Amino acid sequence: MTKEIIVVAYESDDDSKTVLAYAIDRASKSGAALHIVHVLEWSPYSFLTPQEVEERHGRRKQEMARAQEAILTPALAQCTAAGVEATAEIRYGQVVELILEITRAKGARMICVGRSGSNSMASRVFGSVPLGLAQSAPVPTVIVP
Amino acid sequence: MKNHLKTAALAVLFSAVAGAASAAGLDETINDLFSQYTGWYVALIFANLPGTNFSWIALWLVVAAVVFTIYFAGIQFKGFRHSISLVKGDYSDPEDAGEVSHFQALATALSGTVGLGNIAGVAVAVGIGGPGATFWMILAGLLGMATKFTECTLGVKYRNEYPDGSVSGGAMYYITKGFKERGIPGGPILAVLFCIFTILSSFGGGNMFQSNQAHAQLANILGDYPGWITGLVLAIITFMVIVGGIKSIAQVTEKVVPFMGVFYVGVSLIIIAMNYDMIGYAFGRIFEGAFTGLGIAGGFTGALIQGFRRAAFSNEAGVGSAAIAHSAVKTKEPITEGYVALLEPFIDTVVICTMTALVIVITGMLQEDPSTGLYVWNAEAGRIATQGDVSGVALTSAAFASAFSWFPYLLAIAVVLFAFSTMISWSYYGLKAWTYLFGENKTSEVIYKVIFCLFIIIGAAANLGPVIDFADAMLFSMAVVNVIALYLLMPIVKNELSYYLARLRSGEIKKFK
Repeated sequence: MTKEIIVVAYESDDDSKTVLAYAIDRASKSGAALHIVHVLEWSPYSFLTPQEVEERHGRRKQEMARAQEAILTPALAQCTAAGVEATAEIRYGQVVELILEITRAKGARMICVGRSGSNSMASRVFGSVPLGLAQSAPVPTVIVP
Repeated sequence: MKNHLKTAALAVLFSAVAGAASAAGLDETINDLFSQYTGWYVALIFANLPGTNFSWIALWLVVAAVVFTIYFAGIQFKGFRHSISLVKGDYSDPEDAGEVSHFQALATALSGTVGLGNIAGVAVAVGIGGPGATFWMILAGLLGMATKFTECTLGVKYRNEYPDGSVSGGAMYYITKGFKERGIPGGPILAVLFCIFTILSSFGGGNMFQSNQAHAQLANILGDYPGWITGLVLAIITFMVIVGGIKSIAQVTEKVVPFMGVFYVGVSLIIIAMNYDMIGYAFGRIFEGAFTGLGIAGGFTGALIQGFRRAAFSNEAGVGSAAIAHSAVKTKEPITEGYVALLEPFIDTVVICTMTALVIVITGMLQEDPSTGLYVWNAEAGRIATQGDVSGVALTSAAFASAFSWFPYLLAIAVVLFAFSTMISWSYYGLKAWTYLFGENKTSEVIYKVIFCLFIIIGAAANLGPVIDFADAMLFSMAVVNVIALYLLMPIVKNELSYYLARLRSGEIKKFK
């Protein structure tokens, strides 16, 4: 039987002691595997200057390399150290949309997300990532304080 | 080193301005110099065909647009729906998220073309050519879509991709690489010519015309004051963006401009709706004027030339500039960017320019002789007599003000922003041509950028006539070179198109959404 998968919406290393620690704890108890997702906010409908258009491809490579090195590699190391099986990916787009898409595609059983950022004015008006996930996720969603 | 360069550049800018400001009658001096040195070239570019009053350059572009329309079997009509679904991202691979999307390439290219041509240029065309110019402008816009399709496909196909991931494209690249591929001689020479015209055009239409009209609009609101003041302010802000690398200003403009464009069309539609009883009259005048001229000088050919000229100047189809902006898109199929680019003349000319023309006609700004139904010709000014005796951007402003008194203030902001975003785009086009000629190094780039900023001041200080003529002449010179290249390279685009369509039909190219 394949392992249960928990999707972890991982924003930055601020999440390592909270969301990730919680997810690792849950996974090791239930023998589940983690799939860590880091989303870089991006809209294909935003407006760019000609200079930005020219540099975009190079920038994207840099951004992905930085995210891999500074965010995902340490997170994966933390999982390995705790003896939990884990995979990770970086995606561009809308956080809520992509987490839901990946959850469905992987057939994951649970989503873990941090509470970070949900106190800002903008998130009160437009809805925050954790609330957005909680509202429309097809599986139980844990919002870790 | 870098800072020294910037300081030196800034010093040049300021000393030039200080010198300019102290000289009495600067505006006149510049005007005289302009007419004296550029007059002969302008005359050559706009020379009439022997025995007619039809300029060869207008014919050149229209013939090209007709040829491409026929050669690609009306791609702009048959492919329109496919263009829309490409822009919506229906065919974009989700794996490519974070790269330049079709929408972004289109929006960036549009911010370089949607500008004063749409607001001021159309007013000039309708003021001289009468409402009939609108008809020819729309026709030229629709045909120009095929030209844009051709040049932007080539732009993506022959772009240069560098190891650091950045991309350079444009007519100079497809001229050299495409000619080499097909074994046609003369590529490098044509590419150099194209670059020279692009650089001069970036100082003309992409710069002086913009600052000139931005000043006209501001002076219209604030009362008359010397042009170099507007020029200096615009030059300093542009300098901060293109030399100082202050991206935030450019980013704000890039975000505000599209909304301004949508808002402009929205207000136009409201004014047209408010005058709904005049819609029939306005279209009547447009169709009648297209074929009879309604008393304007030069009759219907006057209307035709003005319409064609403005369409070409506004949407730049055939000029080769858009290929530079479109070439960075992330796509495996160059033809898809051609499909997307053909929307550019549509949005720019068929939608936005037409709105300006309709508002001017519908609000009755052009004076008519009630007894004959013909327009009153102001021979001294060389245009139709208007209410309040205004022309150019002031005419558009007055037309909108007749419905909404607050509109001129908003238009002033819009014009300055449009002017600014067009200048930013053209500084980039010009720079690409400049580095193609002189190589990519910091010093030569800064030299170009400083010259660019100086021309902003000159443009704002000079009078409308010589500036517009020079701007048009440079832009059309680019078109002469570019269209020759397009004719020679169009079989390559045809191959791309049939290969693409075959795979689209077989389902090999799939929809992701």
